[in-house]
Amino acid sequence: MNRRDFIKQSALTTAGTMLIPHFLKAYETQAMGQAAGSNGKILVIVQLSGGNDGLNTVVPFRNDIYYRERPTIAIRPEKVLTLNDEIGLHPAMTPLKALYDDGLVTVINNVGYPNPDRSHFRSMDIWQTASDSNQYLRTGWVGRYLDAACDGKEGQPFKTIEVDDTLSLALKGNDLNGMAVLDPKKLYDQTRNGLITKSSHEYHDGHESVSYLYKTLAETVSSAEYMFDKTKIQRSAGNYPNHELGNRLKTVSGLIQSGIDTRVYYISISGFDTHINQPGQQERLLGQYAEAVSAFMNDLKTTGRQNDVLLMTFSEFGRRVKQNASNGTDHGTANNVFLIGGGLPSRRVLNEAPALTNLTDGDLTYTVDFRQIYATLLRDYLGADDVAILGRRFDSLKIV
Amino acid sequence: MDKLSKQQHARYLLARAGFGATPAELEEATHKPLRKVVRQLLRDSASFTELRVVEPDENRTKQALKKLARDGQLDREMLKERIRMNTEKVRDLNLQWLDQMASGRGTLREKMALFWHGHFACRTMGQNPLLMQQYVNTIRKHALGRFSDLLMAVSKEPAMLQFLNNQQNRKNAPNENFAREVMELFTLGRGNYSEFDIKEAARAFTGWQFTPDGQFVFRERVHDEGEKTIFAKTGPFKGEDVIAMLLENRQTARFITGKIYQFFVTDNPTTASETGKRIDQLAANFYESGYDVAGLLERIFTADWFYETSNVGTHIKSPVELLAGMRHTLGLTFEQPQTQIFVQRTLGQLLFYPPNVAGWPGGKNWIDSSSLLFRMQLPNYVLKAVDVTVRPKEDGDVNTQLLARKGGQKFQVRVDWKGFETAFANIPDDRLTDAIASTLLPFPLKADQRLLIDRQMSVIQDRSGRIHALTAALMSLPEYQLT
Repeated sequence: MNRRDFIKQSALTTAGTMLIPHFLKAYETQAMGQAAGSNGKILVIVQLSGGNDGLNTVVPFRNDIYYRERPTIAIRPEKVLTLNDEIGLHPAMTPLKALYDDGLVTVINNVGYPNPDRSHFRSMDIWQTASDSNQYLRTGWVGRYLDAACDGKEGQPFKTIEVDDTLSLALKGNDLNGMAVLDPKKLYDQTRNGLITKSSHEYHDGHESVSYLYKTLAETVSSAEYMFDKTKIQRSAGNYPNHELGNRLKTVSGLIQSGIDTRVYYISISGFDTHINQPGQQERLLGQYAEAVSAFMNDLKTTGRQNDVLLMTFSEFGRRVKQNASNGTDHGTANNVFLIGGGLPSRRVLNEAPALTNLTDGDLTYTVDFRQIYATLLRDYLGADDVAILGRRFDSLKIV
Repeated sequence: MDKLSKQQHARYLLARAGFGATPAELEEATHKPLRKVVRQLLRDSASFTELRVVEPDENRTKQALKKLARDGQLDREMLKERIRMNTEKVRDLNLQWLDQMASGRGTLREKMALFWHGHFACRTMGQNPLLMQQYVNTIRKHALGRFSDLLMAVSKEPAMLQFLNNQQNRKNAPNENFAREVMELFTLGRGNYSEFDIKEAARAFTGWQFTPDGQFVFRERVHDEGEKTIFAKTGPFKGEDVIAMLLENRQTARFITGKIYQFFVTDNPTTASETGKRIDQLAANFYESGYDVAGLLERIFTADWFYETSNVGTHIKSPVELLAGMRHTLGLTFEQPQTQIFVQRTLGQLLFYPPNVAGWPGGKNWIDSSSLLFRMQLPNYVLKAVDVTVRPKEDGDVNTQLLARKGGQKFQVRVDWKGFETAFANIPDDRLTDAIASTLLPFPLKADQRLLIDRQMSVIQDRSGRIHALTAALMSLPEYQLT
């Protein structure tokens, strides 16, 4: 038998999916119909991987130290898109400035955590798990939100969705995991590969690991079906730029408009690790970011959902104040966070600009713990139990 | 024991103690007493050969390269190129180790070393291949020896000292990271020491440093020579004294035994007092033996309770176990080895890049909707050259981007079908499905599973094709993720 025949004849693809126990399927269908206890609010998180240089994103254009420490990469004052007397946006972010002028953007400066870690993977881990810097958690804060939101009811991994092929630690909970979906159609096809509908298998084995695999599979198959059903009607989507973030936000918009009961969406884009020749690279990335977010917000406006959707953007750390010898910047600490949309009070910069005279080992000193933002979003915005999710109480920023 | 259960026990042992078996190996093991198979595993793992991707004298750290660039001996393009080459060497080290795991030679040693890699989790900082090469050879060399030797050796590894910031731990400027992790993660476990013990132990570890060429060095001038009080003992302790105190503490044996039990016996150790007593007993023996790892493993693998049905099939294969196991069972090699980096990244276990100092959480943490679908599709990517459309995330670090980007639209592989098929030559057609299943899966097929699979096979007339198709189908079952 040659290879070709082998391929042709062994068309048994996702053999497992057709073996999902009936009782799980029934259970799934039931779980899907459960009321969500939702206040209708949706959170979209955009992670800028690599440590975006916050000082060249929200520029302290009146600060001499900034220009002294960054002789070749500082953004000239006349180019800055002014937000107030002290700070303004990178010139590539015109669409974001427009959103700010419309009252949709909140800027939080100096966000970080105690004893900052300058390694990408560790700091990302800390942001995703909401741990202390000397603590190692196996679950992410969005995953624990999912645990809390479902409160023991299983079968709703689509309540928190990462628009990607793989799932971040942020969306892994104790009992439940979120879902990674880059494209509902593609996921549906994957779970429909051939023969699944012939499911006929009752699984009686009480083994925990086996049950866990089949339960995950059953949830995946039924969630994929649910999402596909909800999204298959072509909806008029806004005019999105054709790059990764644009496409992913377009997917989020489509899911929101489909009426699917998803509360948190998670997206990450990378490329912000700018040790060498930062200006061109950052300009491109920030431009894409502003363009995509603007398209997303306009799309939501058109469909009347702007006040129901809040987009948060963070990066695992900011860069050093002083530029390096390669026209770039090295890993730093505190950074800014954007909150966009969500019906928050009108445009503002929430707190003081970075104090460049008060550095810790040459790095910015944080004044807002990132978990205060999480607590605010969880408690005040999503109406969830922030203490249960974050493990302790963090002061709300009182912005929602 | 009847024939079937003997085979299942052998399969289970070879999957847990190694990376699975070929049908021929399984056949051979089935005809021996398990005690002998365990002995054989230990004997086969007695010798040790180093992994080698870089010669010590040709290694240049990122720091050294940057200095060369500053001094004008390297231009910017060359600097980038050299840093890239370092990353590629770390990748090659990963692939060389994976080859070793899949080869079936010294399989128990490699399995145990994989455990130690998660236990003594360490990441390559600054993409230094020499330090990672030394580190992995240290955990492989001592994998089955005495834990005491391993602990001392790995604690003095430059990669570890660097990863846990002991280079920054100096008299007058202490850094407690190393001391904390040595106690919390390597020996005692959380709650078995005080913050004061850590502070004082950190002082004892001052001066434990390494040279740019990767040699451990004790630097007396940064060492704090004063008296320290650790675990209620006072003296002018050095790092070696702390390690000795930790080994003296029976809690270390208990903690290590508990983790080994979880790794080799079950992902879900119940809190049942029986399990607790069992681990206590093993820990006591482990301690009395002077931390003899091989002895501990032999005790586990020859115990009746090891083979209890409540343990069989509870372990979810880690991505590396899945990959190495599939390769070994099928005699499979990738035409483009880089593909295996892609698989590791997509499934969340990239050797030399553990998520943090606590290592990979393992167990159910390996599985979510996307990783499970990818795992179930893997046999199709590999055996049927189905297009791969998944893309793993980048980790934010510009230096490791090349590990993320290259994947494969198609996996091209060579499989030793001849060897695989030969093992089933005497199996009648109507028993073929069960025969292959029993070499690949932890449980016998259920009647309706068999029916569904056989129905798909009914169109395939020739025997080879049938074996290939059955193998792909059975490997696509959720049960294949388990041992």
